Amino acid sequence: MSLIQLSGISKSFAGVQALKDVSIELDYGEIHCLAGENGCGKSTLIKVMSGVHAPDHGEMRIHGQKRKLLTPIDAINEGIQVIYQDFSIFPNLTVAENIALNTELAQNRKLVNWRKMKQMAKQALEKVNIQLDLDAKVETLSVADKQLIAISRALMHKAKLIIMDEPTTALTQKEVSSLFSIINGLKREGMTILFVSHKLEEVFEISERITILRNGKNVVSERVQQLDRDKLVFYMTGRKIEESYYEIKKDASIPILQTEDLGLQGCFEHISLQVKAGEIVGLTGLLGSGRTELAESLFGLRSATSGKIFIEGKEQQIHSVQDAIAQRIAYVPEDRLTEGLFLEQSIERNMVISVVDQLSSRLNMLNQTKVKSTVQDWIKSLGIVAHSPALPVKTLSGGNQQRVVLAKWLATRPRLLILNGPTVGVDIGSKEDIHQVIRALAQEGMGVLMISDDFPELKHNCNRILVMKNGRLVGEMAGKEWSQEEWTRLQETTS
Amino acid sequence: MKKVMQTSEFYVAIVVLALFLVIGSQSSAFFTITNLFDLIRSGIVPGIFVMCAMLVIISGGIDVSFPAIATFSMFCSTKILHSMHYDGPVLVAFLLSGLIGLCLGLINAVFISLFRLPTLIVTLGTSSMFSGFLLTFVGSSQISDLPKPLLTFSKEQIFKFTNDSGITVGLPVAVLVSLGVIVLVALLLRYTMMGRGIYALGGDAVSAQRIGFSPIRIQFFIYGFVGLMAGVAGMIHTTMMRNSNPVDLLGTELLIIAAVVLGGTRITGGHGTVLGSLLGLLLVITIQNSLILLGIPSYWQRFVIGALILIGTGVAAYQVKRSIMKRKSIVS
Amino acid sequence: MTNPNGNSPEPITPISRSSFSLQRYLPQDASITRLFIIMLVVFVLMAGISPNTFLSLDSFTSMSFQFPVFGIFAFAMMLSMISGGIDLSIVGIANLTSIIAASVMVRMLPAEASASESLLYILLGVAAALMVGLVCGLFNGFAITKIGIPPILVTLGTMQLFMGIAIIVTKGQAIVGLPELYTKIGNGSLWIFPVPLLMFCLCILGTYVLLNKQSYGMKLQMLGANPTASFFSGVNNTRVLLTTYAISGVLAAIAGLVIVAQTNSAKADYGTSYILQAILVAVMGGVDPRGGFGKVAGIVMAVLTLQFLSSGLNALHVGNFFKDFMWGIVLLLVMVINEWSNRRKVRSIS
Repeated sequence: MSLIQLSGISKSFAGVQALKDVSIELDYGEIHCLAGENGCGKSTLIKVMSGVHAPDHGEMRIHGQKRKLLTPIDAINEGIQVIYQDFSIFPNLTVAENIALNTELAQNRKLVNWRKMKQMAKQALEKVNIQLDLDAKVETLSVADKQLIAISRALMHKAKLIIMDEPTTALTQKEVSSLFSIINGLKREGMTILFVSHKLEEVFEISERITILRNGKNVVSERVQQLDRDKLVFYMTGRKIEESYYEIKKDASIPILQTEDLGLQGCFEHISLQVKAGEIVGLTGLLGSGRTELAESLFGLRSATSGKIFIEGKEQQIHSVQDAIAQRIAYVPEDRLTEGLFLEQSIERNMVISVVDQLSSRLNMLNQTKVKSTVQDWIKSLGIVAHSPALPVKTLSGGNQQRVVLAKWLATRPRLLILNGPTVGVDIGSKEDIHQVIRALAQEGMGVLMISDDFPELKHNCNRILVMKNGRLVGEMAGKEWSQEEWTRLQETTS
Repeated sequence: MKKVMQTSEFYVAIVVLALFLVIGSQSSAFFTITNLFDLIRSGIVPGIFVMCAMLVIISGGIDVSFPAIATFSMFCSTKILHSMHYDGPVLVAFLLSGLIGLCLGLINAVFISLFRLPTLIVTLGTSSMFSGFLLTFVGSSQISDLPKPLLTFSKEQIFKFTNDSGITVGLPVAVLVSLGVIVLVALLLRYTMMGRGIYALGGDAVSAQRIGFSPIRIQFFIYGFVGLMAGVAGMIHTTMMRNSNPVDLLGTELLIIAAVVLGGTRITGGHGTVLGSLLGLLLVITIQNSLILLGIPSYWQRFVIGALILIGTGVAAYQVKRSIMKRKSIVS
Repeated sequence: MTNPNGNSPEPITPISRSSFSLQRYLPQDASITRLFIIMLVVFVLMAGISPNTFLSLDSFTSMSFQFPVFGIFAFAMMLSMISGGIDLSIVGIANLTSIIAASVMVRMLPAEASASESLLYILLGVAAALMVGLVCGLFNGFAITKIGIPPILVTLGTMQLFMGIAIIVTKGQAIVGLPELYTKIGNGSLWIFPVPLLMFCLCILGTYVLLNKQSYGMKLQMLGANPTASFFSGVNNTRVLLTTYAISGVLAAIAGLVIVAQTNSAKADYGTSYILQAILVAVMGGVDPRGGFGKVAGIVMAVLTLQFLSSGLNALHVGNFFKDFMWGIVLLLVMVINEWSNRRKVRSIS
């Protein structure tokens, strides 16, 4: 008998099939990993398990008993707890409240007993073995502490299954390892953990069994010993790792971008790097390594506090986005939905916003003909599929949305393109297309700096890869020499 | 101690204290019972209003309709009682007014929580609607011969003192009602799940729903309760003025909101305390009443209050900016 | 519908997969059509109720003296609301500027001035008013962008501040007795078009060009939709916001000048109810209170609708208070209808 067993689950939203005949089984006290690319149906499956979505077809058994309809409250009463990516905590409330409030709510209490609440919170925190000021407001805490609060809160309800949705996204490496020891501790106490992730290293490190989804379908469910990296990648993406690498045709003499001892107080220091025309340089490192901050400094979002930046051999001051654009630097940001796109606004406006001044005549009058032709050009050359450029950009799929962001920047005719997580949340087909576009651009002489977590993406698209740790560059290698072992070695040796 | 010094209440308290000392040193009339009672008296109705505005702002909204609700409730109930020559317990007058306020507040709640419309716009609309309806269909001329129970209530005083010049000063009993409302709100916010739900809703509405709060229920409660309190405040206003004027309270909302914000309540929701809001109100009332004791002509009032709002919110905004910068540091 | 690739359009992403809501999926033109119909209905209704008084040249002339003021205020409000903010200080600015203008015209004008001399002082007064409006708007913009105070609080404060300054300048008294020439121009007509109406038309044209023909307009709308993304896209947010509040200030100053001419006086606390009316008109005209969207045509129609309603009710000898009541209802109704049709649209897409 297993804790929870789902078989033949299907679920569709407005005609789009999110889950097709999916089965998963979680045993008591196991750490199970649910893996798959973004958009493969992981979140939908979690929501089915926690009673948020009712499946269209399929059977659900909890403790061997068949369950027809599962509401969120039922799920909680069965001991199923979900820790969402954003933790669902309240920055303006105290630690004690955040931990104890929903227990109190579940018991349908009307009054607040602060002493009891603090006691409950204290016990919960002891379970995960940490100490926090119970009266502190949560907004003053670090991301890792917030997550611990979310975990402690989940433990309050006699939890038997804790589902963690991409729990390591916002953690530094140190925090990740302490999270893992907590997870192992919970397992020892007989708790079942469903760990949802798309990061391979973590999947191998923490889990005992792995279930992989692809395009809403079950691919495989195996013990971790039976899998290796290549198999896992194949199952997740449906493609064999191709042994093709990006190489530059001829070495340009003057680099497009060169930094000397670049630093930003509290974020990174002594960064010296080069990006030449035709190069695709990968930049990787854990969250908090300073890679995003470096990119933002190069783009003028947060100007560097020390060191020099050279663009095509000339020293330049980049203090604002406008400076960066004037130097023909483009930046595709990390968070597409909040930093890259204007979801409610039209595709057309999204594509031309960075070049409105170039598309305007004297007196800042917008030239509509030029706007239309620019939009048509980029829709065509990037193969964006849309009913009409006048529609809001949020009607597009993830892949097309990312192409719109790309189009916005390519319209500025950049010589240096900085990409931060260029294919996060993009389906596999579009991912390949976007990679091809990037390679083609580099071949035409653009310099590309690509920040990514996605190892295959780095390996097969970058001719060089730089590794950052704790705000410094700690390693550099050619793309084809890149390996998991090398990465682990860099992370362990340099500290 | 350190914790106390980090709160915004602390800073407001310092400013109020400094203002008191400055005015007191310039004018001997300031620290007299008569003047202090004047200050308290002018804070009775605004004290309740401040609670109304604060509750809504903590929940992440903004309400400008409470003066209209107060006026509507007090005038309608006075008119009803007046027409039937009412002569029973005064409590009924307050209940009636509160009940009318409650209904009006629930109208706000319907638009805000069921139709999900922005709170500012909804309350602007209802406020115009309520006062328009009142003045068109109920009446536009004031009622000066109040029903007897209201008159008796208005004459009752507590804390009577006879000052040096032989004049007896005291506070109207209504001050106890205000005090009651303030204590009630403080208890509500601190010791009930509803109160914590209001904070939770203002902090993160999506999460509040996820952990089991019902935003619709909370919003209905808030706007209904605010309507009720406004109705009671309106009736107090009538007894204190000894007449019921259907255009009296309109237009006070922005100053009340200013007082709440000066007291450290964040306009973005989730933060705010009863103490802070009362201190903010004290600041505004002191400026309104006592600036003249400093030899500053009364026509400087608006200017000073405007400047205070800008300085107060400016300092708060600056602090937020700085703490964000501090937290972004990564390299260990 | 053009499809550059010849591919079949792909299905729209399901709502549940995205954490953002589709509620605001708004092809704006449907709401413009709706507004136009509402305007026509109101017009016909009012004409039907009192054909003799409503459908006369006199009535139209008097209307065209009335709506320009709140119409201009509505444009000022619209710009700040598109940017995702709000400007509560417009009436404060209008009063302050009207007092400045009146002071220049009344107090500085020599008693026995010739026509050309008084024209000079009038121009001086107008220039001073526009200047002050600009400075007030820039002050708002500065507090919002550089200090980081939310717009609603800034303008709540400056509303008090500007009115406060106006009260201090006048010691609470109204300034009366403006040069005859000024009130003559302000209340006169060019052929059959009243000067206030012409001012309003100028504001329509100006705002239309700014919003739809200038790069500033696109930047403003994008900023209002998502300020982070506009910052990341190289839009100078600070400059756009400063410009927006400055324009709002200048528009308020123009409204102030019209008020001075019409009332032949300048008062520090005149017409605070215009703030509500401006918000009402803006929201009714389809400006999204959450920022990012707004059309000049919508504002014009909302202004006209309200004026028809108001004049029609006047013809029925209904008091001003009833109008307040009606306006509150209309505002709520329009919002509910908009929200409803948006929800329906979301459903029909998915």
